[in-house]
Amino acid sequence: MKKYDKVVKNAAGRQVPTIINGEEHVPFMGVGKHKPAGRKYAPRIASCADYPEDGNKEVSSLKEALINAGLRDGMTISTHHHFRDGDLIANQIFDIAHELGVKNLRWFPSASFPCHGHLIPYLEDGTINRIEGSMNGALGRFCSEGKMAGLGVLRSHGGRYQAVQDGEVQIDIAVIAAPTADSFGNANGVNGSAACGLLGFALADSQYADKVIVVTDNLVPFPAIPWQIHGNYVDYVVKVEQVGIAEKIISGTTKITKSPDRLLIAEMTARFCEAVGLIHDGFSYQAGAGGTALSIGNYFGDILRKNRWKARFIRAGSNKYPVEMLEEGLVEYILDGQTFDMEGIRSMRENPNHVWTSPFTSYNYHGKGNFASLVDVVVLGATEVDVNFNANVVSHSDGYLLHGIGGWQNTLFGKTTILPVPLFRDRIPVIRDEVTTLCAPGEMIDVIVTERGIAINPLRKDLITKANGIGLPVKTIQELKKEAEAICGVPDKPNLSNEIVAVIKWVDGTVLDSVYKVLE
Amino acid sequence: MDKTGTAGNRGPRVRSDVWVEVSPVLSGGIQINIKSKVKALFGRQIRELAEEVLRFFELENAHVFIEDAGAVDFVLAARLEAAIKQVTKTEKEFLFPLLEENTTATKKDNFRFSRLYLPGNSPKLMINAGVHKPNGLILDLEDAVAPAKKFEARFLVRNALRTLRFYGAERMVRINQGARGLEDLNYVIPHHANMILIPKCESEKDIRQVAEKVEQLREQHEITHPVWFMPIIESAKGVMNAYQIAGADPHVAAMAIGLEDYTADLGTHRTNEGIESFFARSMVVNASRAAGIQPIDSVFSDVSDMEALAENVKRSKALGFDGMGCIHPRQIKVIHENFAPDAAEIDKAKKIFLAFKEAEAKGLGVVSLGSKMIDPPVVKRAMNTIKLAVNTGKLNKNWMEN
Repeated sequence: MKKYDKVVKNAAGRQVPTIINGEEHVPFMGVGKHKPAGRKYAPRIASCADYPEDGNKEVSSLKEALINAGLRDGMTISTHHHFRDGDLIANQIFDIAHELGVKNLRWFPSASFPCHGHLIPYLEDGTINRIEGSMNGALGRFCSEGKMAGLGVLRSHGGRYQAVQDGEVQIDIAVIAAPTADSFGNANGVNGSAACGLLGFALADSQYADKVIVVTDNLVPFPAIPWQIHGNYVDYVVKVEQVGIAEKIISGTTKITKSPDRLLIAEMTARFCEAVGLIHDGFSYQAGAGGTALSIGNYFGDILRKNRWKARFIRAGSNKYPVEMLEEGLVEYILDGQTFDMEGIRSMRENPNHVWTSPFTSYNYHGKGNFASLVDVVVLGATEVDVNFNANVVSHSDGYLLHGIGGWQNTLFGKTTILPVPLFRDRIPVIRDEVTTLCAPGEMIDVIVTERGIAINPLRKDLITKANGIGLPVKTIQELKKEAEAICGVPDKPNLSNEIVAVIKWVDGTVLDSVYKVLE
Repeated sequence: MDKTGTAGNRGPRVRSDVWVEVSPVLSGGIQINIKSKVKALFGRQIRELAEEVLRFFELENAHVFIEDAGAVDFVLAARLEAAIKQVTKTEKEFLFPLLEENTTATKKDNFRFSRLYLPGNSPKLMINAGVHKPNGLILDLEDAVAPAKKFEARFLVRNALRTLRFYGAERMVRINQGARGLEDLNYVIPHHANMILIPKCESEKDIRQVAEKVEQLREQHEITHPVWFMPIIESAKGVMNAYQIAGADPHVAAMAIGLEDYTADLGTHRTNEGIESFFARSMVVNASRAAGIQPIDSVFSDVSDMEALAENVKRSKALGFDGMGCIHPRQIKVIHENFAPDAAEIDKAKKIFLAFKEAEAKGLGVVSLGSKMIDPPVVKRAMNTIKLAVNTGKLNKNWMEN
């Protein structure tokens, strides 16, 4: 099977394959242009007659569960990434597959982390054919250098839900590592020593996979409450010693930046939002967990406090900073997609206004709306932006895969999307003639804030008018690009082959761009 | 020919800098080995600049090793020049064009609330310093540079003066003490520095020898813009001679106090409250005012405590200082906000100024506000307050029209 075939130019002007790993895919047609037909995918109908009446679905080991689930060549195995770099389960699945001599698997994680570098030998020996999910660190290098047998497919969190719901990816076996579960398969992430807050990224997997295995180190008597994952979807439950390493589940990035340059960018972003009237009583925003985004949230808090306003909700990957705002009464709800620290987990456990969400409620583009488009201000990072406001979040300017898409593409549908980015990083200008990898069409990006000036997308005439005379350095994106190049020099293009190693999906399942093999 | 010249910094935490090794050999031409984290995008440019610099210094056979962490051109060229000058004798200088915006002259009474120290051998801290909008940026050749790095720092500071964007900040350099400081001036004065900070001054002689050397360089390089001096008083003896130092040369525009060394000299410890330095600070303020120059306070060293800094600034302002030093960009805003006049001060100044204008229009010799007579010094202070308020963005410069 060819990795890909039939490359065409899509509506964004990018060359993309329409046959990927032997299956047909639709090229990007423009934002909101592709209308799906047909009905959603449905898993097989199960019968209670086949499950124990006492509700006890426990089996002795993960290996037994995988064998019972019918693990064999060519299957699609899914996992979630709520344990981040502290995940102990995904690697074990493929250790077992390797031991059983199973080949050609598709791993379908909601994201991968450096700890999954362990899987490289299995990618080399054919146990795993390909990863469809974010790839960074050693896995990103492996894929970028063209070493993966199959073609990588990168999707947003919402796009992953969409792909499963639409039947584009049919999961054979979902393995859901859970901090707490009962033997019926009900599971949650708020309790247990590997508590991670919620299990939203595993929701689609539980609903649509053919077989579902819940793995826990904290087995409690029925019912495991809250039942974030319903046991009614679950085939097998496995009790293990440890599912995740708590210190590594907590993300290391969730501290407000101390870098004066980033603080300046954060302050300028908040001042801009305040000056053009984006912040008001009852507004909502998306807070990232990076140092700059956290700092922006802090400044937003100051503005709310000063005006005696309340935000209606924060869309978060939560941590102690939004939690403090919730508890201070500066915000009414946190709608949480993933929890980054112990304070976030505690708050989610104790506070009914700290709500666990899923990619279905927040991001799924093939639904009857999702709340991403209701968010007033969205603050995101990017590795590159081009002069047409197209943005890249997955690859470094040298072409290597660096980050996953995460919820990034989905949140672009908020009312105003702002990218606070340094004008250059280690001599590499962020603003380019053309992004290395297209992850967001320019029409989705409204404002770029750098330490040397703010550029507003010409499509946002309203913001351009309001930004007149606010005392902040508003410049054109071309001016910002020139300013960076005067300092850094003009970079060459990275040395890339025309061989495609992965594709970037848009939120509607169409193919937005290709990732090319990096040459030495 | 077994010597190797080295310059720059390397290591996992180094960014925006580069380490170079230059070893002349007898034959074989130039061999350049480049390791760089930005090689995919800038490898060609790094090689081309290195070749140009080597050609300029007429090095025909050499092994060159470059370990780059995202250094921009002026940094790479400075490192190469420093390394080359360790292994060859040359009077030539590899100079970038002086940026047009770096040729502005400053006034003796320039606005000097804040001046940010930048270690003279740390390019990473230089690149973005100006965007934080301090009134002055100091490229520091003295305490912030380790003795072994003093030589190479001169080339970096020289290149920065020509190429770095200062975004309107006054261009300052702190030179070393004594003979080394006089030698530093060769790398600084021809490249449009606005102000020289002279450390550890104890007598007028310390100023005069710098002034003479500067004058000689000004003539030699046909420099027309003024070069101001800011002596720093850092000892008990310096405090006793403060007035003579302040008046030692007409180019002395400001005088600062350095409290770390001063308190050490006294044999005491520096406290946030600063009681131990009250006399010295008052002396510097008084001597500066008597000589008609700006008194400038010491830096505040706890960069994480913004509240203590704010208190410190308020005390500084109350003592009569016109500004203070910063060692972290985050301090700039706090210093500006707390040196700037507050709302009540601005309001009062506006009333006094308007009353003065009214009296002037009516041809009255005496200004009165309500039932109070206003003396000329009060009017002068009000005008100064308004100027500061406008400069710090606390008052619109067209306030009289509204």
